[in-house]
Amino acid sequence: MNFEDTSLPGLGVRREITLASGRRVGVVILRDGTMQLIISQREDPDACAAAIPLSVEEAGAIGAMLGAPQLVTQLTDQHRDLPGVNTQQFVLSHESPYVNQTLGDTHLRTRTGASVVAISRSGRVFPSPTPGFELNAGDVLIIVGTSAGLENAAHLINDG
Amino acid sequence: MDETALILVELGAVFLGLGLLGRLAAKIGMSPVPLYLVGGLIFGNGGIINLAGITEFGVIASEIGVILLLLMLGLEYTARELVTGLKSSWLAGVVDLVLNFTPGVALALIMGWGFTGALVLGGVTYVSSSGIIAKVLSDLGRLGNRETPVVLSILVLEDLAMAVYLPVLTATLAGLSFLGGLRAVGIALATITLVLLAALRFGPQISRLIHSSDRENFLLKLIGAALLVAGLASALQVSAAVGAFMLGIAISGSTAHSATKVLEPLRDLFAAMFFVVFGLNTDPTTIPAVLPMAIALAVVTSLTKVATGAWAAKRAGIGIPGRLRAGVALIARGEFSIVIAGLAVASGAITGELAALATAYVLLLAVLGPIATRVVEPLSKPFLRSKKTPIPSTIDDTPLMD
Repeated sequence: MNFEDTSLPGLGVRREITLASGRRVGVVILRDGTMQLIISQREDPDACAAAIPLSVEEAGAIGAMLGAPQLVTQLTDQHRDLPGVNTQQFVLSHESPYVNQTLGDTHLRTRTGASVVAISRSGRVFPSPTPGFELNAGDVLIIVGTSAGLENAAHLINDG
Repeated sequence: MDETALILVELGAVFLGLGLLGRLAAKIGMSPVPLYLVGGLIFGNGGIINLAGITEFGVIASEIGVILLLLMLGLEYTARELVTGLKSSWLAGVVDLVLNFTPGVALALIMGWGFTGALVLGGVTYVSSSGIIAKVLSDLGRLGNRETPVVLSILVLEDLAMAVYLPVLTATLAGLSFLGGLRAVGIALATITLVLLAALRFGPQISRLIHSSDRENFLLKLIGAALLVAGLASALQVSAAVGAFMLGIAISGSTAHSATKVLEPLRDLFAAMFFVVFGLNTDPTTIPAVLPMAIALAVVTSLTKVATGAWAAKRAGIGIPGRLRAGVALIARGEFSIVIAGLAVASGAITGELAALATAYVLLLAVLGPIATRVVEPLSKPFLRSKKTPIPSTIDDTPLMD
């Protein structure tokens, strides 16, 4: 899928994709680095139904939200031949005791048998994170394990 | 009170007054430029309070104000944007020039203000306010609209046209002969080409020369370079403002971004002073007499701007509601119309009547332009439907707020 970039002289750039339905969805990236999420109107495709200002963190969180499922789908496809192995994603909430702790501090593999294969943060994917990887609130953890292991992992991430 | 004390008190009162006016403007979401003009009218010649003491400071301060306004305008654009804009929308630029320069010229000729008057008033009616328009479009959440790049590229071309127009104006106001004027234009065109080429090739190097991580250092280098270039340009009869504009274009990338941040407060201060001084020099009692003329000119040039924007948007394949939005957005005139009139007033080459007309005209359109931009959408909605096929709700079924 190609981004369509349109220069907004003096202000920044508009970057968008046209969905199969015909709607334009994209961002306006301003010179000062701030962004607006834009969605075109239904009756007047030239106009916007919404132009929502996003901070860098918010934009990253949306990117991670939209990008992580794709990664999970890919991994699930790869594990199709291994019965009993599942891939799932978990968002590290603000309340989690592991915010600002390292991945090693969770002792996830020792305690649940499941392992973190990738972490998606602000639209970037960090594959095979090491135990020293520091976790931030909002990180999406992609975890591979058995159903029971994943269930325990969910508990562990939220409640410690 | 001795003289210095009096000047300080007067300046303090002016800036404090402007601050309060600016706050009012921000509250009702409008550009502070018209309010500054009104402030100047109240304080100036024939106004309620006469502040004669600050004229000397005011003249230099407003000169610096114009230089900073143009420098920051240049900083906003990269050379690439200007060249791309020139290539892709030059025709829209020509239509804009013809449609919007002509009404001012015609009125000045009818009034018998001569060639100089025609050149000045043509410029005043031609140039839309890129500052006001960019702010309004951003406030209304229209940056993602398809017609917005069309509007912005017309503004780019107008600003670029200023780089040719201002030297012509300066030469004419200085009473240079035709040949002298031609020389000024030649120098201006050669400089623009050179600066654009240099900025495209050596943008990073030029920026590095000016750049400094220390704020104070950076500010002094910037202001120094701007005043030096402006002064040299002025000595060559090419208009100080254009020199500053060129310097702004040559500075690019992150240096331009940090320069904007450093200069913004200074620009606000000196530009406010510029608008006030312009208002100070206009006798408010002359305004009522020119008001009907100003209204007529405002109506005509609003229509010509709407036509320009609509035509350009149509060429870009935009539907009828979008064409109307693009046209109406261009109506606002502001800082540059005043810069033009200010140059003319300072040279003493135009009549007081023309200055009063320019003031009234800009006051009208700086206020009404943004209002029209805001209301055109809800007002025209019942009458207009985009001819483009709307997206059927079956395949896109989210009940969004539209």
